[in-house]
Amino acid sequence: MTLEATLVVPGRLDVEIAAQQGDVVALVGPNGAGKSTLVHALAGLQRAEGRVLLGGHDLLPLAPQDRAVGVVFQDQRLFPHLSALDNVAFGPRSRGDAKPAARAKAQVWLDRLGIADLAQRKPAKLSGGQAQRVAIARALATDPGLLLLDEPFTGLDVGVAATLRIELGRHLADFGGVTVLVTHDALDALTLATSVAVLDQGRVVQIGTPADVAARPRTEHVARLVGLNVIRDGDRLRAFSPAAVTVSLQAPTDSTRNRWQGVVRGAAPHGDAIRLQVSGERDLIADVTPAASRELALVPGQHVWLSVKETAVTTYDARPEAASD
Amino acid sequence: MTGRDPLGRAPWILVVPAALAACVLLIPLVAMVAATDPRGLVDALTSEAARDALWLSVTTSTAAMLVSLVIGLPLAWLLARVDFPGRRLVRALVIVPMVLPPVVAGIALRSAFGRSGLLGEPLLDATGFAFPYTTWGVVLAHVFVALPFLVISTEGALRSTGIGYDGAAATLGAGRWTTFRRITVPLALPGIAAAMVLAWARSLGEFGATITFNGNYPGTTQTMPTLIYVARQSDADAALALSVVMLLVSVGVLVALRDRWLVTA
Repeated sequence: MTLEATLVVPGRLDVEIAAQQGDVVALVGPNGAGKSTLVHALAGLQRAEGRVLLGGHDLLPLAPQDRAVGVVFQDQRLFPHLSALDNVAFGPRSRGDAKPAARAKAQVWLDRLGIADLAQRKPAKLSGGQAQRVAIARALATDPGLLLLDEPFTGLDVGVAATLRIELGRHLADFGGVTVLVTHDALDALTLATSVAVLDQGRVVQIGTPADVAARPRTEHVARLVGLNVIRDGDRLRAFSPAAVTVSLQAPTDSTRNRWQGVVRGAAPHGDAIRLQVSGERDLIADVTPAASRELALVPGQHVWLSVKETAVTTYDARPEAASD
Repeated sequence: MTGRDPLGRAPWILVVPAALAACVLLIPLVAMVAATDPRGLVDALTSEAARDALWLSVTTSTAAMLVSLVIGLPLAWLLARVDFPGRRLVRALVIVPMVLPPVVAGIALRSAFGRSGLLGEPLLDATGFAFPYTTWGVVLAHVFVALPFLVISTEGALRSTGIGYDGAAATLGAGRWTTFRRITVPLALPGIAAAMVLAWARSLGEFGATITFNGNYPGTTQTMPTLIYVARQSDADAALALSVVMLLVSVGVLVALRDRWLVTA
């Protein structure tokens, strides 16, 4: 089962996506970049032009119900009047199974997601994590060739999301089709995905392995997502880690050209360090030790100088075509 | 109204007109009950004409409600879910009978289904059946006035449940009919039930279109409102008593349905 999609939604989306069997493609990008539009177009809920070849057959002329595409919606959309079991059984039943067979299949999926005991609960009586498991079970129970996950961990507690992420990774490894995962979280992209596609303003601006995209982000959004500073320099991009940034109150005396003025906008713990958001001519992030943060009185509003050694900067081509090299 | 509202007391400029509104609705009903002789009520209930009329009212209203549901729910669904050309026009046309004076509705029905009407004449030639002056005619008149209420309020109910669930059902392999049956209707059920009650109540009170289209024949076309109208011209006390019976039936139905269907608060 391979996926080859060329999709155009006039004014909103113009993308090409390809994936092999077993691939998990993470879609990242800022709000309004077209991630959900792409998911809805693949599912058939959004009219689009082009073609979507799944295992060689074009899905685009088909109605959603004929596409064999499973969707886990951002807001889950569990049917509120049906129990967890009947929510999961809905797919198999709609695809022709008799009621007992559909329910048996649903029970197996609830088992696999570890929520067999919640079979009779209505969605309103489920926690966020439980509801998301039901939604995943419901999407997988139809045995889709293409699984679409639209921000599956958004709105969950950090701990719940972490557990579910690990479990989902296991299910995706067993899943025989192609998965498209929309996410706002670098961790999802780096741990679950086999490739990452970066969307911006309805276009794919970067596609590559998670490690590649994380090391050489081509958009500011992805740089933020993976925690890097990226500066455009003509046709080149220059990336450096926030840990490599030196923060001082006076202009640095050395002659480096990599120095910027700015105002501290925010500070938050990040691992053992304090991560500063600094805005000025560039929006940058810098990691400092808690001791340095106290010493320099780095509170929001403080005017600072940032600098970075040239050796800590990775420079690479900005043109998306170069991504496949 | 119990306990203290953290936002402060309701201002008199709103409370006074609100109280006035409640009085306008309530006082006539109280006055009517107060003016009714209890013995007259028993007479009214036991008279054959009243029992026939009440029975006819209840059965024709129920039939009209069911017919309205069977044809009105699909129309409401089309208006709420399918983007067809002329949708706005159709919705506007559906509302017209709601604002039409019922007498005019009766005359319109005559033009269409009367013995020499647009459809009535061919129907009479083909089958020997004509709607006017029959119980079927009463049901038809009721449907004509009740259907718009059912369609518009059902459409609102279908819209408020949103199309998100329909989309989810489609991705799970459900066609539109399956989705309608298993998702759309169950989710809109409270609203649909309220629409049915509304249609039934509108139909129960129907007078103008019915009497214009069907006349006033005891046993076949004389419903409670027409009986009350006729009684008022000869025996005001009897009309009062019949009106109170009508009031009791209406309130009884509302109370019986309230807990199950009309939980809107």
